Amino acid sequence: MEDEAFTDISGKPISLDCQSHSSFCREFIISSPKVSMGKVMVYTCSVWLLAYAVFFFTQNTAVLSGAILVTLVGMMLHIHFVKVDHESLLVIGSLGIQVSSSYASGREITTFIEMSKIKDIVINEAIYMHQIIYYLCVLLKDPSEPDAVSSVVPLFQSSKPRLNCLVKVYKSCQEILSKCQ
Amino acid sequence: MVLKIFFPQCCNRAESGLLVGRWISGHDSAVVLAVIHYPFIPGQVKQYIQQMQAQSGVELTVLGSWSLPKEGQESMESFLRDLSTIFPQQRWLQVSRQMGKMGFICEVVNRNQTALAPPILLTKKQNEEEEEKVIFVHYEQRKVMLSQLHPTESGDPDPNTEPSSELKQVFQTVARSQPLFFLDRYDDGPLKSTHWQSEGREASIIVELLKQASVPLCMLISWLLALWTWISVSSVSCRIFSLYPLRFLSSKLSTCVQISYRTEHMRTLSSPKPAAGHKQFMRKGNILVSFLVDVGLGILLMSWLYRDDHIATLANMLMPAADHVAKELEELLQWLMGAPAGLKMNRALDQVLGRFFLYHIHLWISYIHLMSPFIEGILWYGGLSVCLGLTFALSLLSDMVALLTFHIYCFYVYGARLYCLKIYGLSSLWRLFRGKKWNVLRQRVDSCSYDVDQLFIGTLLFTILLFLLPTTALYYLVFTLLRLVVVLFQGILHLSVDFINSFPLFAMGLRIFRPYRLAEGVKFQVLCDEPGTALHLLMEINPLKCSTVVQTYRTPTYSCYPRDSWAALVKKLFVGELIYPWRHKSTKAD
Repeated sequence: MEDEAFTDISGKPISLDCQSHSSFCREFIISSPKVSMGKVMVYTCSVWLLAYAVFFFTQNTAVLSGAILVTLVGMMLHIHFVKVDHESLLVIGSLGIQVSSSYASGREITTFIEMSKIKDIVINEAIYMHQIIYYLCVLLKDPSEPDAVSSVVPLFQSSKPRLNCLVKVYKSCQEILSKCQ
Repeated sequence: MVLKIFFPQCCNRAESGLLVGRWISGHDSAVVLAVIHYPFIPGQVKQYIQQMQAQSGVELTVLGSWSLPKEGQESMESFLRDLSTIFPQQRWLQVSRQMGKMGFICEVVNRNQTALAPPILLTKKQNEEEEEKVIFVHYEQRKVMLSQLHPTESGDPDPNTEPSSELKQVFQTVARSQPLFFLDRYDDGPLKSTHWQSEGREASIIVELLKQASVPLCMLISWLLALWTWISVSSVSCRIFSLYPLRFLSSKLSTCVQISYRTEHMRTLSSPKPAAGHKQFMRKGNILVSFLVDVGLGILLMSWLYRDDHIATLANMLMPAADHVAKELEELLQWLMGAPAGLKMNRALDQVLGRFFLYHIHLWISYIHLMSPFIEGILWYGGLSVCLGLTFALSLLSDMVALLTFHIYCFYVYGARLYCLKIYGLSSLWRLFRGKKWNVLRQRVDSCSYDVDQLFIGTLLFTILLFLLPTTALYYLVFTLLRLVVVLFQGILHLSVDFINSFPLFAMGLRIFRPYRLAEGVKFQVLCDEPGTALHLLMEINPLKCSTVVQTYRTPTYSCYPRDSWAALVKKLFVGELIYPWRHKSTKAD
């Protein structure tokens, strides 16, 4: 069990946690930084100042209560649907790969891909906004034609780690995959 | 290779015995279904397994031995080894667990060359050569047995073919070996076993009674349905009813459509055959639940309607409302006949059109006043049909709106026809201008040389049509807007009826209260990794997403088919073709 610090594509620090449960079962957890207090303060203050400015001109108190409601609901929606706390990848040799991402509110989305459907795990490059980034992805195969790639499942979509982190995950994944085939 | 053993959670603390289950071929994994305890007679075990195999259709075998020594009991190493010779297998698992420790210890005995060497020696040698790794995947037997893994096979699922996916095979094996789980803890048979057991035998009496009662109920419903179908068919075959207008009307009235739809539903429900396959079962459940909810809502509405004489109030409100609408329309026509919005219209045509529409309103109002004594009775008896369901009430309301706004529909049709005529005339005369004409035989525009007389007449007509166009266009615009309001209201009613008819309430309820019944997949959790023992994983069921539930299980209705797109609608409005809230017969037929 080891914990290392890396950065994501925009330079923010993320941490990679590799747990080796056995020689053919490993778990990689990439944790994003927590929500910073300053950012929350800035957003809340800006909404409230705006509401107060509107209130100053219209003398309508509904604006102020509306602003409170908007900030509360916005925060809840943000931690429930947008803010991903950590993403994990569980590779179990000869059984499959499990990808899960848990949100800041505790909601967890998990998908399990069976080994019989997996063709390979590769590092791919993609054009993202104005830059080219690397990402890890699972190639799935079609049961009817075993040579063709039917679809691609990208991993660590929200934390977007840099290449050095991806290479580390990739190497240990390949180790397990090659051992079990 | 890594050996995967799917182990039921209920057998974690079972007494020592034999593991019964199935090897999944091609995937190097085993599913443990039950543990048969000591003491037993090997012959009886073999007979029992054969019997179970015949009942369930699963290739059951004895997988190996399970030992959980109690305190003060010596281990039975040699005895367990001897067992493997009694039940000859390719592979023999020896799973053992010690009290106070979490992990299991598993030993795999391969018996490839039983004739050549004694199995014990071979095991030790192989263990040294290639250490075989084992994963224990713990699953909850009841949930896995009851759950349905998605996506289900399209078409008819053939029970004999094996699915390719390993998890599907595991789920299918557990689901199909239900006869194995009927052996009770308190049964007095020669064999004692541990597996999942139902704990609700008492409650199942009610279920059995309901099952018994449902058979005559289904027969009654199907008899009533047959009677109803006979009546409708014979009335259609009668000469009076097979007249065109009646059939046309019944296909346009949404109440009739709803009746035929409901009849179809009841026919599906009352069929005496049990549902074949998961899809069919869910469909029946959805139809039944939405029917019950619909009737419940309808009865609630009816109790409100008939309690404080609300019907009479409604009927009394209806007449002034119709009068009011007619008055507003008259005012609108008067406004159009003057100089609407400061536009200068063609006075003669404007007056003709306005008088025509005014006369129409007058006709309509006298018709309504003629009907007024009967409206309360019609509402009272029509309201009785609400007990058939809220959808009937809504479709009745939609029909009544359609009948009461018939004058708006008429205005719209006249306006649209006039406008359409002008647009087509203008377009064909425009072709004449350019020296072209429409070739009907070849369905294309050809060039053509016209005489001077023809050109003169064409130009004259073109000018007349062009100058009269704004007047008709204005009438068309106003009445189309009125018509669109009515169509929008009816569309909302149809949508809500459709929503009640097609929403998969049963599947949604299953998803909320029994999330494991509809599984999208599984998720694993690492339980413990003590050194020296095998890896233990906990398999949990990942429930289906709500949006997928709605998408998969909604009952197909007529609104599922593609409607007119917005662009097509706007084009139709511009050219002056008629638009309807209902769909045309050719597309609605199937």
